[in-house]
Amino acid sequence: MSVAQAESIEDIKARNKELVQEVLKAYPEKTAKRRAKHLGTFEDGKPDCGVKSNIKSIPGVMTIRGCAYAGSKGVVWGPIKDMIHISHGPVGCGQYSWASRRNYYIGTTGIDTFGTMQFTSDFQEKDIVFGGDKKLAKIIDEIQDLFPLNKGISVQSECPIGLIGDDIEAVSKAKTKEYEGKTIVPVRCEGFRGVSQSLGHHIANDAIRDWVFDKSEGKPIRFEPSPYDVAIIGDYNIGGDAWSSRILLEEMGLRVVAQWSGDGTIAELEATPKAKLNVLHCYRSMNYISRHMEEKYGIPWCEYNFFGPSKIEESLRKIASHFDDKIKEGAERVIAKYRPLMDAVIAKYRPRLEGKKVMLYVGGLRPRHVIGAYEDLGMEVVGTGYEFGHNDDYQRTTHYVKDGTLIYDDVTGYEFEKFVEKIQPDLVGSGIKEKYVFQKMGVPFRQMHSWDYSGPYHGYDGFAIFARDMDMAINAPVWKMARAPWAA
Amino acid sequence: MPQNADNVLDHFNLFRQPEYREMFENKKKNFENPVADNELERVREWTKTEEYKEKNFAREALTVNPAKACQPLGAVFAAVGFESTIPFVHGSQGCVAYYRSHFSRHFKEPTSCVSSSMTEDAAVFGGLNNMIDGLANTYNMYKPKMISVSTTCMAEVIGDDLNAFIKTSKEKGSVPQEFDVPFAHTPAFVGSHITGYDNVMKGVLEHFWDGKAGTEPKLERTPNNSINFLGGFDGYTVGNLREVKRIFESMGVEYTLIGDNSDVWDTPTDGEFRMYDGGTKLEDVANALHAKATISMQEYCTEKTLPYIATKGQEVVALNHPVGVAATDKFLMEISRLSGKPISEELTKERGRLVDAIADSSAHIHGKKFAIYGDPDLCYGLAAFLLELGAEPIHVLATNGGKGWAEKMQRLFDSSPFGKGCKAYAGKDLWHMRSLLFTEPVDYLIGNTYGKYLDRDTGTPLIRIGFPIFDRHHKHRYPVWGYQGSMNVLVWILDAIFEDIDRNTNVVAKSDYSFDIIR
Repeated sequence: MSVAQAESIEDIKARNKELVQEVLKAYPEKTAKRRAKHLGTFEDGKPDCGVKSNIKSIPGVMTIRGCAYAGSKGVVWGPIKDMIHISHGPVGCGQYSWASRRNYYIGTTGIDTFGTMQFTSDFQEKDIVFGGDKKLAKIIDEIQDLFPLNKGISVQSECPIGLIGDDIEAVSKAKTKEYEGKTIVPVRCEGFRGVSQSLGHHIANDAIRDWVFDKSEGKPIRFEPSPYDVAIIGDYNIGGDAWSSRILLEEMGLRVVAQWSGDGTIAELEATPKAKLNVLHCYRSMNYISRHMEEKYGIPWCEYNFFGPSKIEESLRKIASHFDDKIKEGAERVIAKYRPLMDAVIAKYRPRLEGKKVMLYVGGLRPRHVIGAYEDLGMEVVGTGYEFGHNDDYQRTTHYVKDGTLIYDDVTGYEFEKFVEKIQPDLVGSGIKEKYVFQKMGVPFRQMHSWDYSGPYHGYDGFAIFARDMDMAINAPVWKMARAPWAA
Repeated sequence: MPQNADNVLDHFNLFRQPEYREMFENKKKNFENPVADNELERVREWTKTEEYKEKNFAREALTVNPAKACQPLGAVFAAVGFESTIPFVHGSQGCVAYYRSHFSRHFKEPTSCVSSSMTEDAAVFGGLNNMIDGLANTYNMYKPKMISVSTTCMAEVIGDDLNAFIKTSKEKGSVPQEFDVPFAHTPAFVGSHITGYDNVMKGVLEHFWDGKAGTEPKLERTPNNSINFLGGFDGYTVGNLREVKRIFESMGVEYTLIGDNSDVWDTPTDGEFRMYDGGTKLEDVANALHAKATISMQEYCTEKTLPYIATKGQEVVALNHPVGVAATDKFLMEISRLSGKPISEELTKERGRLVDAIADSSAHIHGKKFAIYGDPDLCYGLAAFLLELGAEPIHVLATNGGKGWAEKMQRLFDSSPFGKGCKAYAGKDLWHMRSLLFTEPVDYLIGNTYGKYLDRDTGTPLIRIGFPIFDRHHKHRYPVWGYQGSMNVLVWILDAIFEDIDRNTNVVAKSDYSFDIIR
């Protein structure tokens, strides 16, 4: 029974249950028992989605998850553009994460900006045997020599560093001193730590706390504070997302003093504890540092969602509610200004997308955040799940999903294929590893990590692109050609 | 408001609008603590100097923008070339996510590969339980005919023993005793992706030929007339292997292509996802022992595999990614010599057509200076072709090339008048190449996608040949081997040259006297 045929919510729930039982049959008993906890159906009124999360992936299945290094280097630290991030360990990790996340920035690469470069200590066998600390010290010297305009260095640990017991903290401390207070940050984000990239986010946040905030206390602030200073937290500027968000905050009268971490700089990191409010887009990856700033510096934070006009309006008002009438009026002005654009976008694309069904599987915020944007276009999300979400993400998801939505945590390649095969959505939104699997099956697909090299998708300007892209994916003539006319 | 529903602006044009430009300016001025413009310019100019180059080449510890990946990537590349085989990487799972993404970005195809998902507890206690559970899950769920096990740096640092682990897993019933689980240790801190290819290829052959890890008697070799073929790690594997098959078939040679991944990375969109497609049949891998000889298309990808094969009594021939007339001649003559079959009329005609094309076009390439980077064999093959075209491969750089490779390159340069002043750079990276392009400029650069930064910084037009190619589509479907493949390379080089000429002559009333329609 496909969704299209399932008439009532009860039908859908029964279908989902049957589907979950079916995929579990493929596993050995022990694995089936473990996987069963991660698959379910959202029941209206429940406090979460009824699935376990943030638990080790099962060996030998095709998990889509990454590692702590990916969470720290690829997500949190890598986009800080005026620092040099050393992929410390063997060559591969840095190579595979080299410039692949589309964290847009403006700067002169190789001179004062380093975002799309790959710096590695390229560990050899002798470094494993004798340790890599001396090499690291030398690397930092060579960086100073060859890239004198760098504003700081981070050391992103790959697996062997923790296993062989290198003391990257000691090296970083010594070199910070030698280079008169230069920010040099050791990050213990070895890939074997934790169950996914999620722990890497946390470790990276803690490194900012310990090695940037604590060490910059007492440094003079570079600008005159204003009552309207905010920091964008947890926007990685994929395809320019943080820019199409920032422009709205500034238009409503706020002053964005820092952007984390897409297009970010060390100066902005250091300035953030002076903000009046932290506005947090990716809760999963940066709630830790936001909570820390709340506790230590008394800066409140508020989550927001800039996907699709409904959520943008809601979020602009929510952010404005932390400020005075000037900002509240500013929010209304911005909403009113962009409404004709949104009306035009929806008028153009909704008729082409109305009623289309979507299945999502992404990282830390998009499995819930983009649902509203699809609904603005008349589309329905019938299945969703997180690569590395925690229970608090699944609690937050309840505000977004409809009764009967299929939920799959840390879905395996096998499960995802079966779910899509049976539910037959009109669109799947997931990552590069999933893209071609579903396209082979003739199912339209959009990469919802990288926006399929398009974007931005955040903000009003981004929604127009989002709508266009979903239309081009679903309504591309190619999908009608997938089956040969003579094929049965 | 720059955005418009009728003409949606995405990142290409959106951020050029005045609202955004003003926003960027304010961000920079007020919050970024930017480097002063004159200081930025001073350092930028300094990085182009001889002085900077010397400093850059004096570097001992730091690697910047290397043109190589790690062993496990090559392990996966080799493993997917066997019939219904799933690569199983013993170590942390994040690595596998990276390999799968990397291949998908290059081939625009799914890449199936599993991991034993080792975490902290495995780091302390070893990954045996991960192997036992992992093999059972993979076997049950993905129904492979073979699971090819390799390692990451993590499993290597803690010293997990694959042979023992697989044995124990079989005893515990993870997979049937007779199920094929070849393995290779592929530490990421030794060699590069081409080493990983070599180790897995040797591991698979050893498994089938040497008694399946002690569970069966070793195979006895009964020589026949078949020729084995090993492609090596190659971004053009889809086009190249198909071309090689066509060449063998054209000559009527009996052959076995070992590790044929040309179909699994080129599956049709027809409503069905094929996790496995094509690949060398397992019985053919076993029977490959009996072949008369093995030809490796890439010497530095098969440094262990070929000597191993030679110990079995086969003749082995190592080539260096042959491109061009002489290199292809040699390839075909070796096939002919080994098989006793003449080179076909079809191929002879193709040869003439390639020579014809070179005769028509080499005037545009003659005397042009090139820089090349990539894997050692690819660099060799392309440099040899350039010399054949009358061009000068001035800088040839392989991050994963060794001393022996550099010497071999030098012998190649010495063999041609066009090789004068050409130099091979073993173990250097693309930041070294940047210095070279500033201090000793060349006309064109050949390499993978990462070279686009060099193209931009130094103004040297990039011709994309290598791995990975992320920012252009479908190149991997075209061969670069054989006369036909060489024709493709020739055309790509010529296209770059003509585009460059047009770009440099298109200013109206200034340079457009040379904006010719006939070239």
